[in-house]
Amino acid sequence: MNLAEHLPALQVVVPLLTAPLVILLRNGFLAWLAALVASGVSFGLAILLTQAVLGTGVPEYAVGGWQPPFGISLNVDGLSALVLLLVTGASTLGLAGGRLSLRRDIDNRRAPMFYGAWLIALAGLCGIAVAGDAFNVFVFMEISSLATYILIAAGRDRRALSAVFKYLIIGTIGATFYLIGVGFIYMMTGTLNFADMALRLGDVIETRPIIIAAGFITIGLALKAAVFPLHIWLPRAYTYAPNAVTVFIAACSTKVSIYVLLRFNYGVFHGNLLGHSDLFSVFIVPLALSGILLASAIAIYQGNIKKLLAFSSVAQIGYIALAAGLATQAGLMAAQLHMFNHALAKGTLFLCVVAFVLTTRSASITKLAGIGRRMPWTMAAFVIAGLSLIGVPGTAGFISKWYLVVAVMGVPGWGLPLVMAIIISSLMAVVYLWKFVETAYYGTPPDGDVSAMEVPLPLRALIWFAALANIYFGLAPGLPIALAESGTSTLLGGLL
Amino acid sequence: MLSTSTLPLILTLPLLGAIAIACVGRWPNLRETISLLTAITLAILVFSWFPEVSDGARPRFVLSEPLPGLTLALSLEPLGMMFACIASFLWIINTIYSIGYMRGNDEKHQTRFYICFALAIAAAMGIALADNLFTLFLFYELLTLSTYPLVAHKGDAKTIASARVYLGVLLATSIGLLLPAIIWTWVATGSTTFTLGGIIEGKLAGPAVGLLLGLFVFGIGKAAVMPVHRWLPAAMVAPTPVSALLHAVAVVKAGVFSITKIIIYIFGVDFLFNEPSAQWLQFAAAFTILTASIIALYQTNLKRMLAYSTIGQLSYVIMATVILKPLAEVGAAVHIAAHAFGKITLFFAAGAIYTAAHKTELWQLAGIGRRMPITMAAFTIGALSMIGVPPTAGFVSKWFILAGAFQAENYVAIFTIIGSTVLNAMYFLPIIYFAWLAPPADGVDMNHGEAPKAILLALSVTATLTIVFFFFNQPLLDLESQLVESLPL
Repeated sequence: MNLAEHLPALQVVVPLLTAPLVILLRNGFLAWLAALVASGVSFGLAILLTQAVLGTGVPEYAVGGWQPPFGISLNVDGLSALVLLLVTGASTLGLAGGRLSLRRDIDNRRAPMFYGAWLIALAGLCGIAVAGDAFNVFVFMEISSLATYILIAAGRDRRALSAVFKYLIIGTIGATFYLIGVGFIYMMTGTLNFADMALRLGDVIETRPIIIAAGFITIGLALKAAVFPLHIWLPRAYTYAPNAVTVFIAACSTKVSIYVLLRFNYGVFHGNLLGHSDLFSVFIVPLALSGILLASAIAIYQGNIKKLLAFSSVAQIGYIALAAGLATQAGLMAAQLHMFNHALAKGTLFLCVVAFVLTTRSASITKLAGIGRRMPWTMAAFVIAGLSLIGVPGTAGFISKWYLVVAVMGVPGWGLPLVMAIIISSLMAVVYLWKFVETAYYGTPPDGDVSAMEVPLPLRALIWFAALANIYFGLAPGLPIALAESGTSTLLGGLL
Repeated sequence: MLSTSTLPLILTLPLLGAIAIACVGRWPNLRETISLLTAITLAILVFSWFPEVSDGARPRFVLSEPLPGLTLALSLEPLGMMFACIASFLWIINTIYSIGYMRGNDEKHQTRFYICFALAIAAAMGIALADNLFTLFLFYELLTLSTYPLVAHKGDAKTIASARVYLGVLLATSIGLLLPAIIWTWVATGSTTFTLGGIIEGKLAGPAVGLLLGLFVFGIGKAAVMPVHRWLPAAMVAPTPVSALLHAVAVVKAGVFSITKIIIYIFGVDFLFNEPSAQWLQFAAAFTILTASIIALYQTNLKRMLAYSTIGQLSYVIMATVILKPLAEVGAAVHIAAHAFGKITLFFAAGAIYTAAHKTELWQLAGIGRRMPITMAAFTIGALSMIGVPPTAGFVSKWFILAGAFQAENYVAIFTIIGSTVLNAMYFLPIIYFAWLAPPADGVDMNHGEAPKAILLALSVTATLTIVFFFFNQPLLDLESQLVESLPL
């Protein structure tokens, strides 16, 4: 066995094993450096895995040599690779860009613990993406969630504690629902392995436990994915978390839950449960639509840029859920592409916020007035990422919007209203982003100080790297499209 | 034979210019030299394509292919060639004028001004060269975004509010209507490429065609067909060179250009002529022409009056296009050029009056002709061109549009054109009369001379061109007649 075959396992093992080492380091800077290196290596592994998926495909990995369905198996397909890229990329971006911000937010004595928790969260999120069975998904979900609670509460803002408590309660309810559902399925089929489950479910379809299991799993995961109106934990958690942590979790944590939702609903239930996809659509599409419209509207009235972007995230999750709920090939493509592109845009936007708050020490929009003149480079990057969020052509956001609109146009009878909803929400995105952009460029700073105050060059370079990635994937979106195609064919594989 | 690989250079040249301007922002003389040099180089590059395109060459260059079948591609055809020529040539003159205006009025943030100007020109070039709807849409949005800082240039609360209207209307219409129209076209036909004869025929029929046309016409808010014209008077808060850019060089021209291009290359003239559901557009255009002219009659502010005059003139182009007869299509194309020369002269004159005398209201202009003879002479020529009096450019295009209208026996168009000519004369002639012959109004300071030299130079050139175009328009007619040579007369 050569090293390449172990890639799926290494994806989890590298951050998981670096975490205790990081905690042993006594120095905040060294801990940060070690975490950054581990995260960077994970990102590299994700890239290698992506190449392998697009090339020859990655064979199923049996942990410890025990063959599934008895042993633990790790599976990597296009969809997992896409999620892995997001998770490791967001983590690396947050760590690399958050150095100064985290030094201010995190007490130096506790910094090693913090970075340890960061790596554990990373390991958990990667684990969800590679795990081939429902129970290990649950285990990794708990690992990542617990570590994320620590990350969010680690800052100096005391409001984070109440926010994280809410998140903890709701997150636990979500995870428990998921576990109950998995338990029912295990009771009926005697297996936890996704592939095996899909095969054996055929014998017990239309039994009440399975239908209940599908309900529990869908709602539990929708809670974790913050599908409107189950999103109530999200805005405050994003807002009061340390800024660099927001970059990390905003870009990927909800996407991972959506990933599991897609796996279960399409990989396991779709082919077996009669009418399941209709039920799923009826459940998720109205919620997604109200999220798209209401969360965008709420975002317009936010006075804090982080909260504004958080509500925007709820709306964007609505887009993903809407596309996924269509239960068509085009819809699945759109959902996966939007996962990728939204993570790219939101990651960049929150990274800009990291830079703004370094200068102004506040994320309130009134305090940020005039920041565009003080930090022209960062603000220009913010505008680019904002355009991507709106879906202006030439940016990554346009590609997924295009797929999304084409997908909903294919819905018989409902095409036009759905397109209208997407357009109205895009226009609201213009409003809430422009509200900030206008204040940033033309507002007067509260203290009247308009001297240039850019953040150090490395952070600026990183921000611009992320902003240009938004443009690059808008003009040459070959990679996410290839991954989404591969993901779609595995998800719908049994049906086509 | 020019290599097609020079096509992307037409886009990148102003972009590089913008970067260079940003780098040398500290030295105004160098900055303005670079602006001017970029403009001249661009114009030379664009004009060097003119003979070949006139001979029937259709160069095409693919930049990238983000989605299968959806390419980012550039190509040159007669309509785009003309728009690129006008925009790149007027950019030179506008730069000269801007130098005089911005320095004369001691404006702030001049570096940002020149950068955004160059970006706007790059976007206009992209629109002119767009090979398909997707490329067009990309540069259309870029043009909106790059002109926003220009409109909001002054930065005070009133300006910001107006700039918000500008951005809001243009973005809302383009995302809300134009984008769905493009996607609909794509879903229905599987293509967005501009093809002579259109791509809709056989794919859509009946009321759907009229609806799609509506999405396009109102989605392209830059063409200011009522009721999506509100952004144009709002944008009058901008410095005058920007108004000239908006009205003559890039923005509104990009709007009517896009609509003309879409009607000719997406719908197809013949197909649309035989489609009853598309007839509403000529009434919308006629309504816009007459209403805008009447509103202009009531304006007391010079720039606002010119703005409403523009709204009317834009719908001339649209009306000419939807007459859907060869002569009228030529007239539409020529009117884009003719109106550009006339309107830029008028705005240059308005800016000259503001710079030299700080006058913005019409009643203040009484007797100003004796103080600023060159400016007012240019203004007079521009105004005559708007009315369509020979020997000015406006006459040429009106001739073709009317000829086309008679050819089609389209009485709506004929009466609209005659009616609006009368209205145009009613709001322009009194100004000319008072400016030259009336005594100054009481309490108006008349102690001023002509505007700075750069401004005078610019407006003299455009005024001269307005007249020259009357005598020397054959190359353009030759070029544009290719648009319609396949059509039965």
